[in-house]
Amino acid sequence: MRPAGRDTLDSLYFDYPHFDAPKRPATEAMSPVAIVGAGPVGMIAALTLAKHGVCCVLLDNKATFNDGSRAICVSRSSFHILDSLGVVKPFLEKSLGWTTGRSFYRGQQILEFAMPDGANEKFRPMYNLQQQYIEQFLWDSVAASDLIETRWQSEVVGLAEEDDFVRLQVTDPSGTYDLPARWVVAADGARSAIRRICGLRLKGENYEGRYVIADIRMRHDYPTIRRALFDPASRPGGTVLIHRQPDDIWRIDYQLADDESADEATREENVRAAVARVLRDIDHDGEWELEWWSVYSANTLLLDDYRKGRVFFAGDSGHIVPIFGVRGLNNGIADGHNIGWKLAAVLNREAGPALLGSYTPERRGATLDVFANATKSTRFMTPPSHGWRIMRDAALSLALTRESAGWLANPRQMTPYTYAESPATAPDDPAFAKGPIAGAMFQDVALDDGFLGDLLGRDFTLLVFGDGPAPEQAGLTVTRLPAKGAVAEIYGAEDGSAYLVRPDLHVAARWRRASEDGVRRALNAVLARQEEVA
Amino acid sequence: MRHDELEKIYDALAEAVDAVGPDQSELYLAKLALALAERLGDLSDSLGVIEECKTGLIAQGPGQGGA
Repeated sequence: MRPAGRDTLDSLYFDYPHFDAPKRPATEAMSPVAIVGAGPVGMIAALTLAKHGVCCVLLDNKATFNDGSRAICVSRSSFHILDSLGVVKPFLEKSLGWTTGRSFYRGQQILEFAMPDGANEKFRPMYNLQQQYIEQFLWDSVAASDLIETRWQSEVVGLAEEDDFVRLQVTDPSGTYDLPARWVVAADGARSAIRRICGLRLKGENYEGRYVIADIRMRHDYPTIRRALFDPASRPGGTVLIHRQPDDIWRIDYQLADDESADEATREENVRAAVARVLRDIDHDGEWELEWWSVYSANTLLLDDYRKGRVFFAGDSGHIVPIFGVRGLNNGIADGHNIGWKLAAVLNREAGPALLGSYTPERRGATLDVFANATKSTRFMTPPSHGWRIMRDAALSLALTRESAGWLANPRQMTPYTYAESPATAPDDPAFAKGPIAGAMFQDVALDDGFLGDLLGRDFTLLVFGDGPAPEQAGLTVTRLPAKGAVAEIYGAEDGSAYLVRPDLHVAARWRRASEDGVRRALNAVLARQEEVA
Repeated sequence: MRHDELEKIYDALAEAVDAVGPDQSELYLAKLALALAERLGDLSDSLGVIEECKTGLIAQGPGQGGA
């Protein structure tokens, strides 16, 4: 929502582009992949397919980007994905990286925490960037790709699954037509039309807590540090979060009391009054302008299966997560990347179709992990009862004298989910004492010149230590590393060890003592390829 | 103590305070503190924690009990 007199896209600082309806061919060729929804998740999926040489059609029912700043926290793991897709530069230039959070309890600062960071990390733990910039930067790359055909103002109104393809029915300003595609990625958001057409429902819990997020523009001298105000004067009993964004935009996120109706709370004069009270809490007495606001509730909802036949659900179409974990966008990006490389591997005949069976366990598993953490965060931010409230306040108070209690007040870190139970991950080698386990995201390491992540190939990468085996295989980049040194130390490796890293930067398998045959067999198993009969 | 262990204790206490109810929670927590101190088995340690926890008790705001 925006202030009276300004329409949905009338931002103080961002010019929304307008995209014309597509000029369509007379007959539609079979698309390898149709992606429904050109938000961040759909565009990540499209760019991942394009990276692996696969064409797709990208459909969106709007004529521009999503309105409002929405998801603003982009995690380190998402930056690694953006980097691997070759699009990270504008994100680094525009976003505000941060490592620190401060918690205040009734006006007193009681805690400052730093998220894990260090010289071995190429990227900061978190970056703040408005979603429309995220979409703009992704779109610049999507528009430049010959392999992605985007059709704006194109709404999917029907879907029929045939034997070996899906027939989408699409409506645009010039009519309704059939679009055949081998596979469909539904990245069409929380109110997914594809989900409805497929007759699927999100299941889970709706929490009581409701929150208003409001963006304002102001000159305000405070570093990019996330502030959490517990029980502040502006909202007694409630919690307020404050984030800095680029362009002098500040995000103020506040919880509504049980007796406040969302309709009332989101009326412009009420948002202005609530924001003004928060600004008094942080001693801002300068001018400010209201940019945009929205309301949401802390739900944990997901599909039973992220796949239905030839349709894969990615992002909010498959799961709704509470905001506190900053996992909505970041998990969506990981979804799009995950299904992107797997569809590409199957379409390029590098993998068997069974590889696609790993999508739900990996990404639905990640969502359930988010739920477990988010439930804890939500309970801390908005204690649901007397017991949780008194313990929350006790932990905040004890944090003044004990670091260990402060940990209870930390927002749960955004750590990538480990695909340990996935069919696309080999069993871990117990001989390792350290290093990322099979299924975990790779660990970056600073090298003399750049970072370990820069040495990963387009498809699979074998990190070989010392004189370990270096099998020649299509789609396998072999990166040789010294048997002693920073990487070997962090990876718990010795001469002859090896790590097999998937295209999505997760470890597929590792061996303290690798063999050429072991690597070949692991690659075949992970990619669900038929072993040649001996 | 590991973070996840401390968290389990936090969760158990919150649920216990809810279970005994607001009328009995002060009695319950005092009893618990006495029992844990006895289990700790060290007088000066216990007295130290008793002093420590008197600090940082920020005044109850007017909205206590709100949403």
